[in-house]
Amino acid sequence: MADTAVHVAGKQPPLPLHEHAALASGVAHAEGQQHPIKLYLVVWGWLFVLSAFSYLVDYFGFQGYLRWSLILVFMMLKAGLIVAVFMHMAWERLALAYAILLPPVLVLVFVAIMVFESDYTHLIRVVFFTSPA
Amino acid sequence: MAETALTNPEEPPARMAGWQGIAADWSSDQRAFKNVSWGKAMMWIFLVSDTFIFGCFLLSYMTARMSTTVPWPNASEVFALEIAGQHMPLLLIAIMTFVLISSSGTMAMAVNFGYRRDRARTAALMLVTAALGAAFVGMQAFEWTKLIMEGVRPWGNPWGAPQFGASFFMITGFHGTHVTFGVIFLVIVARKVWRGDFDHARRGFFTSRKGNYEIVEITGLYWHFVDLVWVFIFAFFYLW
Repeated sequence: MADTAVHVAGKQPPLPLHEHAALASGVAHAEGQQHPIKLYLVVWGWLFVLSAFSYLVDYFGFQGYLRWSLILVFMMLKAGLIVAVFMHMAWERLALAYAILLPPVLVLVFVAIMVFESDYTHLIRVVFFTSPA
Repeated sequence: MAETALTNPEEPPARMAGWQGIAADWSSDQRAFKNVSWGKAMMWIFLVSDTFIFGCFLLSYMTARMSTTVPWPNASEVFALEIAGQHMPLLLIAIMTFVLISSSGTMAMAVNFGYRRDRARTAALMLVTAALGAAFVGMQAFEWTKLIMEGVRPWGNPWGAPQFGASFFMITGFHGTHVTFGVIFLVIVARKVWRGDFDHARRGFFTSRKGNYEIVEITGLYWHFVDLVWVFIFAFFYLW
């Protein structure tokens, strides 16, 4: 993880550090995204561990808010690792990162709308369909 | 670039007439993603739109599950396997998750070797990725078969809310289709890498920029996205 942080901090000025990173990993061609293989292996390992944790949430049968919060935490950590390191978003310029990452966040508004809507539907179903009036 | 856009607002350049003027204005020096090629930017934008599609599927699943008065089938039991008399909840799904994550790992390394112009390793790692992806689709086919034999249909199932089948087939089916297309895309690009198309700029699809292995990264972006979607499906559909 320290690896990741160093790269994020080091990549803000685009050109000179690009070559620096390539030199650090012992590569002749400074081109495209070039990071040490070890970084990918570490992230791969973390994804395995986090997946195992989320499987264990079900295996141990946690219920209620504990279950949901654990599932969401492991999910967001995995998604963050994949997007930031595997998809190289951590090293892209902010203009691209914001253009790509912000719109999906707005889906949460849609989620909120549909939560209200389905609560309402559920209420109507309970009132009119389940009780023998 | 910022200067050309901002310093001279009162004096716009002379404009050509009609559509040519519109095209000239839109194509003038207005590049937003400075160090990202059009191919990569377009793949990212496609992935955003795909995010919305999968977002809508998961949303409709949430709406169906929240609004039904019939209990939702317990995924932990539905997807359990009996192995040597041992009852293992969600076992197949866990294996599928690990297979897909592994394929993401090999893909990330393929991208890395691609930029080092290590053709053999890049192609080999991409083929490993494709094989893991194909294994994933195979396990999904097994899972579908098992559930269909047990009586799950888009309009009903033996355990509870009838919307379960519709949500399951729609979400996992669409995801499996993405994996399948990813495998095909991977094999095509791996073949080009293996043949050295990118080194001698052979004529063809995406191969014209000599010595440029960016297409490997673009393929990788798609593949990691497929893995990313599975992270959300695993959390919301199988674990919730």
